[in-house]
Amino acid sequence: MSVNAISEYHAEPKDRVENFNGMQLLYVYWPHHLMFCAPFALLVAPDMTFGAFVDEILKPAVAAHPDAEKADFLNAQWRLNEEAFTPDPAATLIGSGIDHKSMLTVTTPGLEGIQGSAS
Amino acid sequence: MAIKNKKLNLKDKYQYLTRDMAWEPTYQKKEDIYPDEQFEGIKITDWSQWEDPFRLTMDAYWKYQAEKEKKLYAIFDAFAQNNGHQNITDARYVNALKLFLSGVSPLEYAAFQGYARVGRQFSGAGARVACQMQAIDELRHSQTQQHAMSHYNKHFNGLHDAAHQHDRIWFLSVPKSFFDDARSAGPFEFLTAISFSFEYVLTNLLFVPFMSGAAYNGDMATVTFGFSAQSDEARHMTLGLEVIKFILEQHEDNVPIIQRWIDKWFWRGFRLLSLVGMMMDYMLPNKVMSWAEAWEVYYEQNGGALFKDLERYGIRPPKYQDVANAAKNHVSHQAWSTFYQYSQATNFHTWMPEEEEMTWLSEKYPETFDKYYRARFEHWDKEHKEGRRFYNNTLPQLCQVCQIPVIFTEKDDPSVFSHRQIKHDGERYHFCSDGCCDIFKNEPVKYIQAWLPVHQIYQGNCGGADVATVVEKYYHINPGVDNMEYHGSPDHQRWLDIKGLKPLKSNNEKKTAA
Repeated sequence: MSVNAISEYHAEPKDRVENFNGMQLLYVYWPHHLMFCAPFALLVAPDMTFGAFVDEILKPAVAAHPDAEKADFLNAQWRLNEEAFTPDPAATLIGSGIDHKSMLTVTTPGLEGIQGSAS
Repeated sequence: MAIKNKKLNLKDKYQYLTRDMAWEPTYQKKEDIYPDEQFEGIKITDWSQWEDPFRLTMDAYWKYQAEKEKKLYAIFDAFAQNNGHQNITDARYVNALKLFLSGVSPLEYAAFQGYARVGRQFSGAGARVACQMQAIDELRHSQTQQHAMSHYNKHFNGLHDAAHQHDRIWFLSVPKSFFDDARSAGPFEFLTAISFSFEYVLTNLLFVPFMSGAAYNGDMATVTFGFSAQSDEARHMTLGLEVIKFILEQHEDNVPIIQRWIDKWFWRGFRLLSLVGMMMDYMLPNKVMSWAEAWEVYYEQNGGALFKDLERYGIRPPKYQDVANAAKNHVSHQAWSTFYQYSQATNFHTWMPEEEEMTWLSEKYPETFDKYYRARFEHWDKEHKEGRRFYNNTLPQLCQVCQIPVIFTEKDDPSVFSHRQIKHDGERYHFCSDGCCDIFKNEPVKYIQAWLPVHQIYQGNCGGADVATVVEKYYHINPGVDNMEYHGSPDHQRWLDIKGLKPLKSNNEKKTAA
C-alpha cells in the first residue's frame, strides 16, 4: 500500500549503502545474552574478512560479558538474515553474502548468560 | 427588534459564539477551502451532528484559564522561595523530570502545532472550535511544564537544553517521531492518533504516573501543574471519544479506516509508554504502583470497557493487544537495562535499584523479575562496586518504525528478542515487533525515510565520528556531569550536601565534574 497523501508522495530511503562513506551496516545478535539490550549495530568495511570481523569487532563488542572468554565464535552456529550460514574466516564479508544492513545471529550452545538467565 | 433578555443562556451563547460564526461559502468551493478533508477517505455526511459536550466558548475559556494560571504561578513562586527542591525524597527523582522535560514537554508543543493545523482543515465549526481550544491548551501545558521544572535547573544538571536535545538525542527520536508521524498524517488520522488513541485510551498511563509520582516524592511544583492541567485533560479525553463516535456514526465506510488507525496508534502509543514504565518502576524513589498494575487498571480494565462499548460500531480491540498485555511484566525492566548501559549518551543519570527496591520488583513481578532480570542487575551492581560500571561500547539496532532499540522479547519466550526483518524495494529493514512491521508494510514510503539516530551517527551527520564527540557537541550533554552513573555524580554530591550527609569536597557550584 502506498501512502495516502494529498498529492503524489515520493521519498528516498535514508540509509542506502552509498550514504555510509564506503562502509556498511551489520547487525549482530548473540541469543541468550540479553545483558546486551539489543542486537549490535556495527559499521564494517565490506572487504574485511570474516575472521577479522570476529577478532576486531565482535570480540571487543562482547568483551564485558562473563561468557565472552568462553565463546568460540568461529565454531558457533551462525544464521545470516534468518537462514543457516557457514562462515569462512578467510572470505570477505561481502564475498560471504553479508550485504548492507544484514543481520547475523550467532548461537553458542552451552553458554546461557549470567547464571543461566539468558542475560 | 426588542431584546427581551440581555444575558444569553449557555446554549444560545454556545450557538452564537461557535456554530453561528461559520458560514456557507458562496463564491468559493468548499473543497478548495478545506482541501485536506477528503483525501483520507473518511466520509462526513452531516457536520451538524458533532456534539461538543463541554459547550465551552472562547470568552469563558480565557477566563477559566487565566484564573488557573494565577494560582499556578503563585505556587511556583512559593516553591522557589522555599527551596522546594530540598524537600523531594531523593535527588534520583529529578531524573524523572529530566526525562519528562526533554521527552514529554516538547510533545505538548508538537500537539499544539498539530491541533492548530488540523483545526483549520475541518469544515464543521464544532470540530474547529474544539481543536482551537485544545491547541491553546497544549501550548499552555508546554509552557507551564517548563516553568514548573525550571526551578530544578538552578540546582541540578541536565535540564539546560531540553528543546535542542529533543531534536537530537537518540532515545528522544522515539517520542519525536511518534508525533511527527501523527502530524504528517491527514486531519482525521491525527485526531484518531492523538485525541482518541493517545488522549483517551492511553493518557492516564502518562499523566497519572508522572503527577502521582511527583506527589509521592514531594515535588509540589509538578503536582500543581498536574492539577492545573487536569480539567483540560478531561476536556481532551471527552473530545477523543466524541471524535471517534462521530466519525463512526457518519458512514460505515469509515469503520475499516478507523480500525487500521486504532491498530497503528495503539501500538505506537504502547511502545512510547515503555519510557513511562521504566520511570515508574525505577526512577521514583517512592513508588506509586508498578507499571504492570497501572497497565491493568488503565488499559486492561478501562480500555476493555471502552472497546466493549465500541463493538456496536464494528470496532474490535486493537491488534496485538495480547502482546502488549503480556509485555507489561517485561518492558520496564528491558527499558531500564537499555538506559543503564547507554547512560553515557543520556541527559539524565541511571543506577541499579537498591536492595529493598529489588525486593519490591520481585514482589510486583513474581513471574518475571527474578527469572529474567535479577541476575543481570546483581551482576552489574557487583561490577560497579568493583570499579567496572558497565556501559555498552557499541550502538544498538533500532526499529525502523518506533525507533526504539530492538530490546523487546517474544510474547511466548522472554529469552528471545522479537526481531523482525523484511526487504522492501531492494533495501533491508528491521523491526522490534510484528506491530511495528505491520505499520511499515501499510505505508512503507513514510518510514523508509526515518531519521534513525544510530545510522545518522554512522553516516557522519551528528557532529563527530565517536560517541563522546556526538554526546558533547551535538547533544549538548555535559560529559561526566549530566550523564552516566548517578552515584558519585555532581547531582548526587550536591544532594548529600543539601541533606548534610557528606560535605562537598570542592565548592558549592552546580556544574562540578565528578
